[in-house]
Amino acid sequence: MSKRIVSANINGETAEFLVEPYETLLESLRHELGMMGTKEGCGNGNCGACNVIMNGSLVNSCCVLGVEANGATITTIEGVAQADHLHPLQQSFLENAALQCGICTPGFIVAAKALLDAEPDADEARMRHYLAGNLCRCTGYDKIIRAVLDARDVMRQATGAR
Amino acid sequence: MQAFDYIAPSTVQEAVALLAKHGAGARVLAGGTDLIIQAREGRRDVALMVDVKGIAEVTVLSLASDGSLRVGAATSCATIYQNAEVAKRFPALVDSAALIGGIQIQSRASLGGNLCNSGPAGDTIPTLIALSATCEIAGPAGTRTVAVEDFCTGPGRNVLQNGEMLVALTFPAPASHSGAAFERFIPRNEMDIAVANAAANVTLSADGGTFQSARIAIGAVAPTPLYVAAAGAALAGQSVSDATIAKACAAAQEAAIPITDMRGSIDQRKHLVGVLVRRTINKAVERARG
Repeated sequence: MSKRIVSANINGETAEFLVEPYETLLESLRHELGMMGTKEGCGNGNCGACNVIMNGSLVNSCCVLGVEANGATITTIEGVAQADHLHPLQQSFLENAALQCGICTPGFIVAAKALLDAEPDADEARMRHYLAGNLCRCTGYDKIIRAVLDARDVMRQATGAR
Repeated sequence: MQAFDYIAPSTVQEAVALLAKHGAGARVLAGGTDLIIQAREGRRDVALMVDVKGIAEVTVLSLASDGSLRVGAATSCATIYQNAEVAKRFPALVDSAALIGGIQIQSRASLGGNLCNSGPAGDTIPTLIALSATCEIAGPAGTRTVAVEDFCTGPGRNVLQNGEMLVALTFPAPASHSGAAFERFIPRNEMDIAVANAAANVTLSADGGTFQSARIAIGAVAPTPLYVAAAGAALAGQSVSDATIAKACAAAQEAAIPITDMRGSIDQRKHLVGVLVRRTINKAVERARG
């Protein structure tokens, strides 16, 4: 059994890396590419801490093999901020104190970004439903939802101002 | 993670040859939301992952002009419920596909994977049964079809033989004045395994007042999801009324042989079967009447 070469577009840049056929995309990101922003929570698809956007779909990277990423376009938490300024979601999580230990935060932000990119007008009920696959064991969910609501408003204003 | 090899064939023939050659150690990889976890946790021995998502006919979603539907075994749940036409014609499929796990799971999980995992509580399986889905299976000796209610044979077990794979599920066009629905009970709103689930598919008379035929299926209350023919028979030819529906519910409760485990007791599950079958029939009637 030999390592495979994977070529993928990660956060807008082409990355080539070697993976064992049995390693998860989460492991590839962290161990092969040194991208430690994506976290491992449960490792079995329940918690969403390892969320990335793969070919436009939100996925748990612990439930995807690294080798499956060949040819894929992937956004990780490292690709959410633009240049030297935070994404509205990141800023809003800070302002709303929507995190404590921080392990779930990258997953929540990536998931919320996937939602707001697809549905800029998502309401609170939709947010709570969409984020049901992301678990937080510190803050409770109200601050997180408030942060996503605020970020939505900021993003809508930014779009409207354009 | 246990060490396994990975290959992504581009045709069903290639996939079948690989499965036949490598025997029980070879597993078909669709969304991986069950299989990768099982491999990682050592609950399944895997020597070779055969990723079928590069095979066009295994990831298809195609509505024919006669109203029948073909869903590739690896077509994701999200692909199904994001297709407006499919969602309109087969709302019960959306009931199931949109509540398996969270959004992250639905991006990858498939009807075929749910069926081949053959869990007693699989949330798409009662719907597949109620909708009279047929399994298209390819193997070394050619292809065969199996009615979906005959597919699962026990917890985690099914009729697939060495070298065989599920290629697609096909659904007949919904009859005129028909409707179907699926529901499950879990103690929270999202992200849980069913304590019990149920699906109903009813065909009414043109005036909507009489059941012409019905198919009822229940899950998480037996070693496999169950097709309860007696519940459908209790409705056929009868007027749409609470009394008629109560007879179907009683037939479904009679067929249920649940166990007590961490998710629920025998009594609770029997009770839930009655509630869920009643609700799904009522919802199916509502949809049938449009």
